[in-house]
Amino acid sequence: MSKSLSQIVLPVAGGTALALSVALVVANLDYGQNKISSLEGRLEQASVRADDAAGKAREEAAVTAELEAKIAEIQADARVRAASNSGLTEYAPNKESGYGLGRKARTEEIAAWDIDVLPDGRGLPQGRGDVFTGEEVFAEKCASCHGDFAEGVDNWPVLAGGFDTLADKDPVKTVGSYWPHLSTVWDYVHRSMPFGEAQTLTPDETYAIVAYILYSNDLVDDEFELSHENFSDFEMYNKVGFLIDDRPEREYAKWSNDPCMENCKPSVEITMRATFLDVTPENGGESVMNDAKADDTPTFVAKAATPDATGGGAEAAATKSPAVDPALLASGEKVFKKCKACHAVGEGAKNKSGPQLNGLIGRPMGAVEGFKYSRVFVAAHGEGRIWDETALTEFLAKPKSYMKGTKMSFSGLKKEEDLAAIKAYLKSFGE
Amino acid sequence: MDSKMKTSRRTFLKGSVALAGGSVAGAAAANEADPLITEVQDWASTTGAGVDETPYGMPISFEKDVVRRNVEWLTASPISSINFTPIHALDGTITPQGCAFERHHSGAIELRKEDFRLMVNGLVDTPLVFSYQDLERFPRENHVYFCECAANTGMEWAGAQLNGAQFTHGMIHNMEYTGVPLRTLLNEAGLSPAGDLTDKWVYVEGADASSNGRSIPMEKALDDVLVAFKANGEALRMEHGYPVRLVVPGWEGNMWVKWLRRIEVTDAAVGSREETSKYTDVYEDGTARKWTWVMDAKSVITSPSPQMPVSHAPGPMVISGLAWSGHGKITRVDVSRDGGITWQKARLGKQGDSKALTRFYLDGDWDGSAMLLQSRAMDETGYVQPTKQQLRESRGENSVYHNNCIQTWYVDENGVVENVEVS
Repeated sequence: MSKSLSQIVLPVAGGTALALSVALVVANLDYGQNKISSLEGRLEQASVRADDAAGKAREEAAVTAELEAKIAEIQADARVRAASNSGLTEYAPNKESGYGLGRKARTEEIAAWDIDVLPDGRGLPQGRGDVFTGEEVFAEKCASCHGDFAEGVDNWPVLAGGFDTLADKDPVKTVGSYWPHLSTVWDYVHRSMPFGEAQTLTPDETYAIVAYILYSNDLVDDEFELSHENFSDFEMYNKVGFLIDDRPEREYAKWSNDPCMENCKPSVEITMRATFLDVTPENGGESVMNDAKADDTPTFVAKAATPDATGGGAEAAATKSPAVDPALLASGEKVFKKCKACHAVGEGAKNKSGPQLNGLIGRPMGAVEGFKYSRVFVAAHGEGRIWDETALTEFLAKPKSYMKGTKMSFSGLKKEEDLAAIKAYLKSFGE
Repeated sequence: MDSKMKTSRRTFLKGSVALAGGSVAGAAAANEADPLITEVQDWASTTGAGVDETPYGMPISFEKDVVRRNVEWLTASPISSINFTPIHALDGTITPQGCAFERHHSGAIELRKEDFRLMVNGLVDTPLVFSYQDLERFPRENHVYFCECAANTGMEWAGAQLNGAQFTHGMIHNMEYTGVPLRTLLNEAGLSPAGDLTDKWVYVEGADASSNGRSIPMEKALDDVLVAFKANGEALRMEHGYPVRLVVPGWEGNMWVKWLRRIEVTDAAVGSREETSKYTDVYEDGTARKWTWVMDAKSVITSPSPQMPVSHAPGPMVISGLAWSGHGKITRVDVSRDGGITWQKARLGKQGDSKALTRFYLDGDWDGSAMLLQSRAMDETGYVQPTKQQLRESRGENSVYHNNCIQTWYVDENGVVENVEVS
C-alpha cells in the first residue's frame, strides 16, 4: 500500500492539449479525496483489529501511524497545489462519455426549430411565389417600414438600389447591391420578419416577397417566379464581393513594431471637432449639433522637442519663419525622388508631366499656367480650393481617393514621417 | 467627487476654485472653518434607512447620472437599437449589469427558466434538448471577459462625431460569467458525425423574434466559448439574455447570442443576415471583408473625457482609462498628452486578464495648460493599437465596424474636454 502511494506522480497543470489538462484536473481533484477516503477506511480496520488481536496491536499501530503520515502528506500537498493555483482551479472537467443529461430531441421538435437555410439552398421548404403576389404581400406586411418600393422609410433599412455605391464613403448596402446569398434573404424574411410578427409568413409568401425584393432591385423582370426549384440558380449581384478576414496579413505584422515614444511627429494640430455635442445633464443626454465651423478648431500648440543630431522627429515648418530641421529636409529630398519623374521644384522648375511645385503650399489648386489639368483639378480651381497642409497631406496619402479622377498615377505615401518630410521639403521652396 | 448637495456647494463656492466644468475644488483652500465639520449635520444626528428598505439595492440617488444612454437618431426604433455603458463614470474593470450596454434586434424578452429549452442538433450523434436545470448540473467555470459590439466607435470612421467616451466607446461591458463550456454540451451530444471537425461550424441562435443566428468555427466552439447563466455572481439580466446567453471571448458582441435556444453543428457557415449584410467591413474599393470576428486591441481614456471634465485646479491629476484585446492580455498602455508627439507608459491597475478589460492610470501633475490626450494599447501578440490615419490608410472610410483607432480628447485650460481629430 505505502509503496503504491509513493508511486503516484503529482501531475503539473497547464498541459498543452486541452484534453490532457482536463484529464489532469480530474485526476487532481479525485486524487486527494479518494485517497483520503480509502486510507480512512484502512485506519478504521486497523483499529478494530488492534482491539481484537492484542498480539497484532503494535504492528497495526505502526501501520496506522504510517497511514496517518500519508494522509497528512496528501493534505499538505493539496494545500500547496491550491495555494500555487496549479491544476485545481483551471478547467471544468469534461467526461469523455458524457454526463447523461438532457433528453433526446424529437424529430418534430427539430423540424420546428431547425429552419435555417444554407447558401446552397439546403433547408428550403417547397413552395413558390411570383413578383405580382410578392408586391401585394410586401405592400401589406413590409411597406410600412421598407416603403412601397423597398426604398426604406425613415431610418428603416433600404432594400433596393445602391448599386455602384459600395466604393463610396457611405455605401448603400441593400439586398440588391450587397447581400451575397439569396438564401440569407429568404431565411431572414421567413424567420425574423415582419418586425413584430416574426415567423408568421408561409413559405409561399416568403418566396413571393423575396421575388418582389429582387424585382425592386431590377434583378428580375415582372414575370419572375421564385421557387425551391429555381432558387439555387439565382446568383446575387455581390456574390463575389467578400473576402475572408485578412487583417493578419494586411495589418498585424505592420502594426506590431515597437511604438515610438518621443518626437513621434513634428507637430500636431486639431483638424476636426465632434459634430454632436452630447450634453450630459442630470436626467439623461441630449444631442445637439456642434455649430462650430470646420475652420473654427481650437488651436493647440505642441511641437516635438528640438531633435538631436540623430533626428528622430523634427519641428515642422509650421510657422512663417521656421527653423527647419536640416535632417527633415534631407529626408524630404529623398522622398521627393518618388515624385521627380513627373514634378520639378526649385529655381527655374518647369512643368513636366506634372505641374511644377514651387510655392505649392497656399497656392490655389489647378493654378499653374500652361499645365493641362485633369477635370477634377479644373473643378477644384473653380471652387477656389487651396493647397493647404491638410489638403496636401490627404492628397499625398491617397491621391486617387482624395482627388477622384486625378491623372497622377502615384499610389500615395504610406508613412507619416514621409508625409511630414515631403511637406517640409516642398515648403522650403516658397515663392 | 464633490458633493452635489446645494447647501455644501453654496458654502464652498466662496474661497474655492470654480472651473468651467461646473464643479468645485475641495475644502483645502477654505479660509474659515468648515460647517460640515463644525456643525452637527442631520445625518450625524437622526437615523437612516432600515434594512430591507430596498430589498434589491440601487445606486444612491446622487449617482443617477450613471446610466446607459441611447443616441436616438442612430436607429429607427429603440426595439432594434443599442445604448451605451457609462464608461466615463466607472472605475475598476467590472461593469455592473444594470448599466451595461444593451443591443437588441427585436427587443429584450422575458423568458422564464421553466420555459427555457436548449437544443443541440445537426451533425451530432444524438440531438438533445436541455432544460435550464440540466445546464446547472454540468461542471461549470468562471471567467471575466469583455463583450464589445463590432460597431463600437463606428460613428467615428469619417471623423469626430459624438462628444463623450460613453458614446464613442460605450458599446462594451466586462463581466464575470459563470457557465458551462460549449464543448461540454457538444461532447454530450457526440461529435462523431462531424468527422475530423475540419471546416465544421456551430450555428447558434436565440429564442427572441430576431432569432439572431451566427456561425462559429468549430475550433473556437471547442476552445473557450461558454454557455453562461450568471454574470457578476447573479442571474443574467433580461436585457443580457436571461436565463442563458452565449459568451464568445474576444469576439464581436453580435456572436454572443442571447436567450440561447439552439446550437447546430453544420458543415458550412449559414451566411445569416448578421454575418453577411451586417458585421462585414467594406473596403475603399467596395469589396467587403467577412468573418472579422476578433476584436483587435483598443483603449480609451475614460477620465478626463467630454462627460468628465477636469473639475479641479492644476496639480495632482489622475488620467484613467480602459484597454482590451480579443487576442489575449493587455501588456502595456501608453498615454500621450500632446496628441501623439510624446508618450509615457501608463500603470496597469492589475496584470491584464486575457480577453478582459484592463484598467490603466497615468498619475501626474496637470500644469493647467491644454492637452490632447491619447492612449495606445498593446497586447500579448505585440500588436499596437493603430491611429485613425493608419486604419483609414488600410481600410478606407466606408466601414462601420471594427474601428479600434486611437482616440483623442482635447482638454482646454478650463478643463473642458472635447472629442477631436488631430493631424
